Amino acid sequence: MENDQDKLLGEVTSGEYKYGFVTDIETDVIPKGLSEDVVRLISAKKEEPEWMLEFRLKAFRHWQTMKMPNWAHLRIPEIDYQEIIFYAAPKQKKSLNSLSDVDPELLKTFDKLGIPLEEQKHLAGVAVDAVMDSISVKTTFRETLAEMGIIFCSFSEAVKEHPGLVQKYLASVVPYTDNFFATLNSAVFSDGSFCYIPKGVRCPMELSTYFRINASNTGQFERTLLIADEDAYVSYLEGCTAPMRDENQLHAAVVEIVAERGAEVKYSTVQNWYPGDKEGKGGIFNFVTKRGICKGDNSKISWTQVETGSAITWKYPSCILRGNNSVGEFYSVAVTNNYQQADTGTKMIHIGRNTKSTIVSKGISAGFGQNSYRGLVKVLGKAEGARNFSQCDSLLLGDKCGAHTFPYIEVDNPSAIVEHEATTSRIGEDQIFYCNQRGISTEDAIGLIVNGYAREVINKLPMEFAVEAQKLLQISLEGSVG
Amino acid sequence: MQTEFLIQIKDLKASIDNKEILKGLSLEVKPGEIHAIMGPNGSGKSTLANVLTGREIATVTAGTVTFEGKNLLEMSPEERAREGIFLSFQYPIEIPGVSMVNFMKTAINEQRKHRGLEPLSASEFLRQMREKKELVEIDSALTNRSVNEGFSGGEKKKNEIFQMAMLEPRLALLDETDSGLDIDALRIVANGVNKIRRPDTSVIVITHYQRLLDYIVPDFVHVLYDGRIVKSGGPELALKLEERGYDWIRKEAEVSEETWTTDRK
Ligand SMILES: Nc1ncnc2c1ncn2[C@@H]1O[C@H](COP(=O)(O)OP(=O)(O)OP(=O)(O)O)[C@@H](O)[C@H]1O
Ligand SMILES: [Mg+2]
Repeated sequence: MENDQDKLLGEVTSGEYKYGFVTDIETDVIPKGLSEDVVRLISAKKEEPEWMLEFRLKAFRHWQTMKMPNWAHLRIPEIDYQEIIFYAAPKQKKSLNSLSDVDPELLKTFDKLGIPLEEQKHLAGVAVDAVMDSISVKTTFRETLAEMGIIFCSFSEAVKEHPGLVQKYLASVVPYTDNFFATLNSAVFSDGSFCYIPKGVRCPMELSTYFRINASNTGQFERTLLIADEDAYVSYLEGCTAPMRDENQLHAAVVEIVAERGAEVKYSTVQNWYPGDKEGKGGIFNFVTKRGICKGDNSKISWTQVETGSAITWKYPSCILRGNNSVGEFYSVAVTNNYQQADTGTKMIHIGRNTKSTIVSKGISAGFGQNSYRGLVKVLGKAEGARNFSQCDSLLLGDKCGAHTFPYIEVDNPSAIVEHEATTSRIGEDQIFYCNQRGISTEDAIGLIVNGYAREVINKLPMEFAVEAQKLLQISLEGSVG
Repeated sequence: MQTEFLIQIKDLKASIDNKEILKGLSLEVKPGEIHAIMGPNGSGKSTLANVLTGREIATVTAGTVTFEGKNLLEMSPEERAREGIFLSFQYPIEIPGVSMVNFMKTAINEQRKHRGLEPLSASEFLRQMREKKELVEIDSALTNRSVNEGFSGGEKKKNEIFQMAMLEPRLALLDETDSGLDIDALRIVANGVNKIRRPDTSVIVITHYQRLLDYIVPDFVHVLYDGRIVKSGGPELALKLEERGYDWIRKEAEVSEETWTTDRK
């Protein structure tokens, strides 16, 4: 670990967003704008069964009655949904039999992003589903996983090949009426990952989805559904990047997790969408609904997120703790630099007896960044013996940024114990100077301090990604002091 | 041609918020020499240390500082450190969340890089940590914690000298390293400094008391008064100050200032 850290400190040379390139590839795009016809067109493009189209249309009709939420501590410019392209797919051969069928430009793109799709080249023990714009490009290690009964494929394929499972679980955690962005997603979602771990199986490798926006003026609306059957275990990771563009692009995803009795799901995110430039121009609007249900007794869902990208982030990965003795965790580091804004946190809903939740949120604000933690801990009347511990820390660099905390606590059972701690600290010039005086540059000093501050969360990430995340933290804060 | 001095400070003036603090200070230190700087509170001793290490609290308005023939004032704080200038802070800073091990390792490897050396291997680094810890008798419990976090005043000072031992500077500025140390710790720390010193290591000791100079015996003692060095002498000057305080200096300084201007004509 120590060595990795040295290496990564040495590697960092510039504060520019490294993933801002555009892949020159022929793309199948539909006309911009949103209507019932567009919803039908998306469904037709994906050759979906009737029930899927019905679901979309129901959602679309409901969405038309909804208004954009405005309670978050965010300044969101008006979004014109008629100016957005809702489906864009890199053109490639219909069915992929082997990797040689994948367009070399696509392979190159993912290589450049550090996500080689050739299995032998890939990080040992990680299976990847690569999604570009609206479709899944390639899922690795499918056969290996299939031998254990694990299903890991694109959402579109799941609709065709495992309709029973999809119909049983889709929208069972995030109903299509849930909120403005989730409803929009339900109407127009394009692709994403689907994963099912059968009873008693421990998934032997990290599963991961890598999302890439490439086409311009396009929104990305992916849908992920993760099911861990009784006593199953899976660790899942999502990563994402986008080209640098002057216009804002919308990303409205839905992730649903179901943990049956005794199952455990670890879901990690390293979110690095293009954050916009130093003046706040461009960047991704990241409006995401993520929710898991601990359905059975003794189940556990753990969210870990490192959020460094996006112009605006609006997301609250949550746990519904329905099973008795179930456990929910939320570990988060969110960085806002320049003109980035984030309103993020979690909801822990205690329903079952002796349910436990832990919330650790570390906000880092720099430049003119605005960073809010918003969290709900709700203990229902029957949740005898429920426990929650929340720790919300804010770290400020400079004096033009802001940190805010909005904790909501609702307790309806007198035996519940709910604890909330919060701190705010500032990286002082004297700390930086102290490092400088020992020969450490300002950038490296910030890296040391920030990584120290975020360590508790970073340590929850799978090893390979922890290193990546540390690097990202440092890069995204470069140029923020002095 | 090799310059004779390690550091040469000429007619240095520096202000804080437009108030002149250093008012024309000159000092020359040869390799291997120990200079003590004494002087009343607020006379500018720490300001001198800040200016030499590049801390931006004070602004240099006039004068030059040459370090090993190079213009020191042009260098960034980290460059000065990598060139071999080390400050033992009067008030060491706490950095929560950053482990001493990580901090020291980053610092050492930055300095090595500057000198064109490979980073230390993990085992060699740990060996040095062990060795230097013994030298200043610092507890492992401290070096396993975050930098200075929750350290007592004396522990912080010990930690400064431990870092000096790790970094092996060319010029060490010790700003009241003795304050806050108990009698045993003072002896250990002072002897530590003597052990760390190589024949060509120079030290500028800022202190109020003779007790430190009993161990770290200076070649020269200077009195800094109102932003200038008004008196210089050998080790006996420190003893005289201890005995008589600064009042006689104050009087002498006021007189000599006038004679100085007439002398020059
Ligand atoms: N950050 C600052 N802002 C304003 N004035 C300052 C600042 N730092 C130092 N000074 C002023 O500069 C003068 C010199 O201070 P300095 O700390 O150099 O004195 P010193 O000789 O080290 O004193 P001591 O023996 O008490 O440590 C003092 O008048 C002090 O108040
Ligand atoms: Mg001082």
